[in-house]
Amino acid sequence: MNPQPAEAFARLEGVAKSFGAVRALAGVDLAVPPGRMLGLVGHNGAGKSTLMQILAGALAPDRGSIRIAGRDETRGWDVRRAHGLGVRCVFQELSLCPNLTVAENARIMHPALSGWGWRRRARALMRAALDALFPGHGIDPDRQVGSLPVGQRQMVETARAFSETDTAVRLVILDEPTSSLDAAAAANLLAYTERARARGIACVFISHRLHEILGHADEVVVLRDGQVASASPAAGLSEAALVERMGEVRGEEEPGATAATSRSGARRLSRPARASLGERFGIDVRAGEVVGLSGLAGHGQREFLLAAFAAAGHGGRAAHGEGAVAVHGSAAHVSGDRQNDGIFPLWSIGRNTTIGLIRRLARAGILPLRAEAALAARWREALSIRAPDIETPILSLSGGNQQKVLVARAFATEADLILFDDPLRGVDVGTKRELYHHVRAAAAAGRAFLWYTTENAELVHCDRVYVFARGVVTDQIPRAELTEERVIRASFATPADLSRHGG
Amino acid sequence: MMRWAERRPWVWSFLAAGLVWALTSASVGGQGAFASLAVALEFATFAVIVGLGQMLVITAGPGNIDLSIPGVMTLAAYLATGLAKGTDGGLAAGLAAGLAVGLAAGLFNLLLIQGLAIPPMVGTLAAGFIFQSMAIAYSRHSHAKPAPALVGFVNAHLLGLPLVTLVFVGVSALVAQMLRRTVFGRSLLAIGQNRRAARLAGLAVGATVGLVYVLAGLCSALAGILLAANSGGAALNMGSDYLLSSIAVVVLGGTAIAGGQAVPAGLWGAAALLDLIVTMLNVLHVGAGLRYVVTGLIIIAVLALARGRAP
Repeated sequence: MNPQPAEAFARLEGVAKSFGAVRALAGVDLAVPPGRMLGLVGHNGAGKSTLMQILAGALAPDRGSIRIAGRDETRGWDVRRAHGLGVRCVFQELSLCPNLTVAENARIMHPALSGWGWRRRARALMRAALDALFPGHGIDPDRQVGSLPVGQRQMVETARAFSETDTAVRLVILDEPTSSLDAAAAANLLAYTERARARGIACVFISHRLHEILGHADEVVVLRDGQVASASPAAGLSEAALVERMGEVRGEEEPGATAATSRSGARRLSRPARASLGERFGIDVRAGEVVGLSGLAGHGQREFLLAAFAAAGHGGRAAHGEGAVAVHGSAAHVSGDRQNDGIFPLWSIGRNTTIGLIRRLARAGILPLRAEAALAARWREALSIRAPDIETPILSLSGGNQQKVLVARAFATEADLILFDDPLRGVDVGTKRELYHHVRAAAAAGRAFLWYTTENAELVHCDRVYVFARGVVTDQIPRAELTEERVIRASFATPADLSRHGG
Repeated sequence: MMRWAERRPWVWSFLAAGLVWALTSASVGGQGAFASLAVALEFATFAVIVGLGQMLVITAGPGNIDLSIPGVMTLAAYLATGLAKGTDGGLAAGLAAGLAVGLAAGLFNLLLIQGLAIPPMVGTLAAGFIFQSMAIAYSRHSHAKPAPALVGFVNAHLLGLPLVTLVFVGVSALVAQMLRRTVFGRSLLAIGQNRRAARLAGLAVGATVGLVYVLAGLCSALAGILLAANSGGAALNMGSDYLLSSIAVVVLGGTAIAGGQAVPAGLWGAAALLDLIVTMLNVLHVGAGLRYVVTGLIIIAVLALARGRAP
């Protein structure tokens, strides 16, 4: 299984971990050789994140041993020790302090950045790391992290992990590092890991984007139910083979040829083209349609969704004037940033599901608790949310299942228009498939979807795609004409291109 | 036991109150134990009334707090007694004026917080000073006694317990139900946990938080009116103790200080505890200096127990 057993930089043996009655890891062996990238895949809940938290020193294993650089480190293995030995991580839930600047966040990780002029050195350190990883990133090291869009926060988090002061970086754990990056930034990061490996840095790379794993990892380890299901070189593996090893029932190949695309349904949302911006395409969404929004992250898609939500009468101020969004009917919003924009952490699955429709459910302001519980149970069933019952606290679910609860919340509102803000980021393949299926079924039943995704592969589920660049719609692509090239071309369209076309 | 208690955050304050009461009673050989409890509950009631309002405000999430409580209590008490002029005939007008003070105070706080975007901690404190000054100005012309009917009500007993206490135990139960099963209550708990998510779930965030401040104003006014009836008239310093105790009973009672979870039952345990500590220290002849030390230590002990899990 391990081609170079003697040389592994990090070696875990028989690592087991349980949380109460839930067994997250049941004896896992893992060896990470220097200068190599290990791809780690598996369902949500297969134990990937737990395993990586143990490797990073954030969790102590119940059993098993940890050897780093040939020494047994099982005793006293914690984050500080891991950091001292050059183990770094980029976690899916960002670990930056939002109230501090980019440079100040660098100081938190690097105790060496102290004394006179630390601020200047921290700025230079982060600027250099960002330049190396993401050329043309445009991030000011003095910006407060909380004011950056999620894609840029992810860039800062990644760059910080690769930055060096007094200790050399030896191993970087990348847990879904590309999930909130657009295609160009993700490609930059993956290219950088190849250069890092050439310098002897080892990487562990977790991603639900299997093509990234297959294209860049040296070896792929599949976790299933807390155990290693397989470990083999990436060369020669196919996505189908990986999915099979992860223990999926491989459904028939989507996308549904069911799409009506007749554009005959009632109009749910419209925004005229804004000629003053050189925009040639208005946006139009009808009942029964799934409409995609694409383009590089941070180019106005998110703002457009929020404007649509406000236009449907939910708080905020609806915009007027040229290019104002008009929504006919009710709207529900599902965010992929579930920690900040989605879950109510003190509540159960049930209450998290029904909160969106309490006003419709109530009679004279009073909620019928039994009917509410029945409804929540029905949605848990419908979206097969993996939890014993609706009283289960939402925080005890895996990320994918939490996201299902948020989708259930939106579906339960029976809103005419559902606004998806990249809701499937960091969700495993199996859950994604299920949710694609639910979206199609709901659209067939007359709902409309406006779906912003950072993953181009998801666009095939849309009847029509609008591509955004610098806040302007630069292309409108019907499903039959959808190609990745065309999406990318429109994503990089400049104002000059627009005026040339628009002429 | 710990897990059972974790789901019932109010038990610690009751446990502590029971312990203090038992210690006090034992030290005097059980003499007057029940009477001392009844007295403690009677005084606790006023802290619970302002605590209910403060609890709702704190539950609305980080940053939300009402520091105008003493000013509102005092002004409402003066206007209510002043307009009633010590007669039952004027009682209705007095009550209406007192509650109108609470309503106006809530709306004024809202104007500062939502209209002018002043942080609640500063806005409500400033508003409280204004109400207190108005009370001072008004007090120069008014030395009325409270209406006899109201005095009768606050001094009435049922089954050996003060009637006001029983009434507000009922009100607390209603508030608990309101939080559990009304649109307003559910929205409030959601907003306190995650304001952005609440907005994106389509909840009426502004209106819900607004209602909370108005309810808090009404609670303060009501407490002021009843306290004036209980102590023979309004006084300028009558509200000063209630600023800190309104916050103390909320936190000691197990309500999440970060918002999103409210425990009305806990207010009773906490308010009784604070009063029983005073009784105990009096009975044990503890000196004034040591008294504050002991009170502080007991509060810290209860909080340490109740906050076993991360806030």
